[in-house]
Amino acid sequence: MGDLQAKTIHELADLLASGNCGAAEITSDVLAAVDARNDGLNAYIALDAEQALADARSADDARAKGDTRPFLGIPIAVKDVLNIKGQTCTCASAILKGYRSPYDATCIANLRRAGFHFVGRLNMDEFAMGGSTENSIYGPARNPRNSEYVTGGSSGGSAAAVAGEIAVAAIGSDTGGSIRQPASFCGCVGLKPTYGRVSRYGLVAFASSLDQVGPLTRDVIDAAILLEHLSGHDPMDSTSIDQPVPEFGADASTSLKGMRLGMPKEYFVDGMDPDVAKAVRDAVDVCAYLGAEIVDVSLPHTEYAIAVYYIIATAEASSNLARFDGVRYGSRISGDDPIELYGKTRLAGFGNEVKRRIILGTYVLSSGYYDAYYLRAQKVRTLLRRDFEGAFGRCDAIVAPVAPSAAFKIGEKVNNPLQMYLGDLLTVPANLAGIPGISVPCGLTGEGLPIGLQILGPDFGEQAILKVAHAYEQTNG
Amino acid sequence: MNNEKSENEGAMDVDHMAHLARMYLDPEQVAEFKNQLGEVLRYVEKLQELDLTGIEPTAHAIPVENVLRSDEVRPCLDHDAALDNAPSSFQGEFEVPSIID
Amino acid sequence: MKKAVSYEPTVGLEVHVQLKTNTKIWCGCPNRYGISPNTDICPVCLGYPGALPVLNARAVELTVRAGLLLGCDINRYSKWDRKNYFYPDMPKNFQISQYDLPLCVGGGLDIEVEGERKRVNLTRIHLEEDVAKNTHYPGRSVIDFNRAGTPLMEIVTEPDLSTADEAMAFLSALKEMLSYGEISDCNLEEGNIRCDINCSVRSAGAEELGTKAEIKNMNTFKGVHRALSYEIKRQTTEVQRGGEIVQETRRWDDGGGVTQSMRTKEYAHDYRYFPEPDLVPVRLEEKAIERIRSELPEMPASRRLRFVESYGLPAYDAGVLVAEKEVADFFEAVAGICSSYKTISNWIMTELLRAISDSGRGLSDSSITPENLAGLIGLVDGKKVNMAGAKEVFQVLFEEGGDPAAIVETKGLSQVSDEGAIESFVDQAIQENEKSANDVREGNDKALQHLVGQVMRLSRGKANPQVVLLLLREKLKN
Repeated sequence: MGDLQAKTIHELADLLASGNCGAAEITSDVLAAVDARNDGLNAYIALDAEQALADARSADDARAKGDTRPFLGIPIAVKDVLNIKGQTCTCASAILKGYRSPYDATCIANLRRAGFHFVGRLNMDEFAMGGSTENSIYGPARNPRNSEYVTGGSSGGSAAAVAGEIAVAAIGSDTGGSIRQPASFCGCVGLKPTYGRVSRYGLVAFASSLDQVGPLTRDVIDAAILLEHLSGHDPMDSTSIDQPVPEFGADASTSLKGMRLGMPKEYFVDGMDPDVAKAVRDAVDVCAYLGAEIVDVSLPHTEYAIAVYYIIATAEASSNLARFDGVRYGSRISGDDPIELYGKTRLAGFGNEVKRRIILGTYVLSSGYYDAYYLRAQKVRTLLRRDFEGAFGRCDAIVAPVAPSAAFKIGEKVNNPLQMYLGDLLTVPANLAGIPGISVPCGLTGEGLPIGLQILGPDFGEQAILKVAHAYEQTNG
Repeated sequence: MNNEKSENEGAMDVDHMAHLARMYLDPEQVAEFKNQLGEVLRYVEKLQELDLTGIEPTAHAIPVENVLRSDEVRPCLDHDAALDNAPSSFQGEFEVPSIID
Repeated sequence: MKKAVSYEPTVGLEVHVQLKTNTKIWCGCPNRYGISPNTDICPVCLGYPGALPVLNARAVELTVRAGLLLGCDINRYSKWDRKNYFYPDMPKNFQISQYDLPLCVGGGLDIEVEGERKRVNLTRIHLEEDVAKNTHYPGRSVIDFNRAGTPLMEIVTEPDLSTADEAMAFLSALKEMLSYGEISDCNLEEGNIRCDINCSVRSAGAEELGTKAEIKNMNTFKGVHRALSYEIKRQTTEVQRGGEIVQETRRWDDGGGVTQSMRTKEYAHDYRYFPEPDLVPVRLEEKAIERIRSELPEMPASRRLRFVESYGLPAYDAGVLVAEKEVADFFEAVAGICSSYKTISNWIMTELLRAISDSGRGLSDSSITPENLAGLIGLVDGKKVNMAGAKEVFQVLFEEGGDPAAIVETKGLSQVSDEGAIESFVDQAIQENEKSANDVREGNDKALQHLVGQVMRLSRGKANPQVVLLLLREKLKN
């Protein structure tokens, strides 16, 4: 057939079920596409072609013997931050060179049970710290729309592979916008679930109270399918929520009648790219056309979100990354005593952005500074969550931009960390509050770069945001 | 836990933080981080504007309590699998340079 | 003339106790000792990327149990915190512990030293994880993670102790309570209990505490006694001659008999405590606490009382039997089969405790069962074997187990009680020991004992001594 990798999961499921293609063909097409186009995107940073084909053939055998799982044999690519047994997992960092996962992340095992197999590991900002996928030992990922532009981050390789049609779909992670923002920059769908919806066991931790695993896909139905199979209570993750997993993609209607959508004025910031603002407002108009009532809401503490995020996330990260010390796994540069071992290994093993965040995170927890920084930030976090609780009293979902701009040029912000951080303003609040959010493509800038519409929902409100996203997507074409 | 001390006029002691984090830094990195993080710290000062009387810190975004497991043995990791990932091992144990107390 | 100032020591202990659970605190790896290195491990206790902790319910239960036994307030709401520091025995380079909201606060333990009773108050009890084990070789150190993640209960005392003897008494009383409470095996050789000593001195009557020095990781009670005796003397001497105590960590050098300053080049630890985001708090309902309270095992004091009252044993016997829970359990098991309580007690206090001590094996490592001892006592009562023979049988039962009656047979220890059989030995003894025989006729009882001995020898120990005595008396009447 050729180009099967450009189809969606649900399309492939239909083809597999009707016998019109086999799993081996799909995986071959993925491999061919990667061969042809990955150099230009630098989306994949590892790929075991032999294993991929072997897994695909096993799936075909199983189907021939009567295994009727609908997604059996569909290949998915994975951000290099999730443990998959037997695969390398570097988190785009030198410090994890040589590490091979001895176990599956729970969410990966869940997908495996549904019949998916895992082909290739995707580029990212090192340890998920970044908004451009430029902080990677493998070099930057490139935007499929324009290779001089960033993909966004940290799940940049995931977004590029999906939008660039060299993966069927991808699994990424979102701590401060790392799924939604690259999805927005590259022009695909990206969803961050409610905190606790998807198990974090096996996800290399960046900021434990903010991290979530989620899908990047070419349409909303695929996102719903993957979300459903990723989700579920996990006894190996104490923060995993014991909530039933609904059939997320069930509501295929495109009417938004009866839904109230809130537009937060604080999310249309000064200095925002006017193309972005316009595209988002136009998208909201479409939603109104589909029957939604648009209401004004206010999230008054939004302006403090970046400050809160960069204190809490770096604090947790500084502690989570302490385990990378050259003792039990990964790379090592030895020394005369353990202190030298740690010092040299971590000097050589971590990139600058990771080092910066470790230093900042250590500082905000350190003696004399904890109250002024970490404790204070956790209190303001409470206020941010209350903002959302208040808003969701007046609406069923919030519609907003994903970022103040579209993709920027590679190298443009690399030397200005604070500028880079400020780009996260519209995505970090959802992580801090724990609520779900999705980005769905809603237009292009004058330069042809993609723009995303962000839809945020209340706790466990994925069905609502998927409904709005799907309806909009189907109408917008 | 510690007394309030938001002294931002002094620059961050990057060397001390690096030591706490057991991470050597090149002198250029120390200087660069001091500047860059100084800028970030000045930015986060805006949190001082807020009156936080009576506000509880967020412990967990979605409040849960009492997640416990029963005291039953689960399969362990294979010894060889664990030692395979070790950068250096000696007779079945993870090896490091001599620890001097 | 200057009046000599007397100084009083103020000592507090931080006791770390490994809990008796099947599995580790955050993962399902076995919690056991003596296994080949790096066997009981998994991504969680090895600190692998992506691993997460899940709390062992039994560890909480045992800690609450300890809190109840020690009279603590059980915090209805408690939480977990990260204590951040780097060391090769730390899989994550942070330890999950409890900082501001531990499971238990307050409480105390009464001790007795040379007839004087004293209350040692506790500050708190919290739960945390144990670290891995480092071993040092020339030019390298190696790490075994079997122990990493063992549930560790930390009991912190107020600085209420004043002498090394008091510290020993406290540790012994604590050990008895924890092993009786089935909270810990309290096996010091296996490192189940370790403690840090905080010691300072102040002028008698002063309110404020002096500067303290800390001696870390003591793992024997005798060591604690020696180290503390030395340290109290060192500090007292130092301040008496006008010097100052440096706040520092010191190491006990048992060989040299001194504490030494651990002058490390490091900064003081800044643990950067913050709430553990991977774990959720523990909220204990009244019902749960009451259930734990109702399941508290019987403590030594009440068990001793019960042994006296229910079994009619002397207080001394009760004291000896109850000292080790295993032994007391064994007694009660035998007493369930055989009602010669005092006899059972005697057997245990003499033969069993001696066998345990001589062999270096614990009771649970030996082969003897309660049924064995009950059976043996039955054989003695039924005169099937005499005491000397029975003691031999006991030794076999202890080392190898088996059936007492069968062992008697195999070893040919059957007591001969038949008068006819014995009579020939008695006659022979009388014949061979004319002088003694005459002495007996004249009323010398010592000589009688001698003749009994001779008959026993001739019968190779198998004659029933009571029958021997009877026959001798008869034959030597007059």
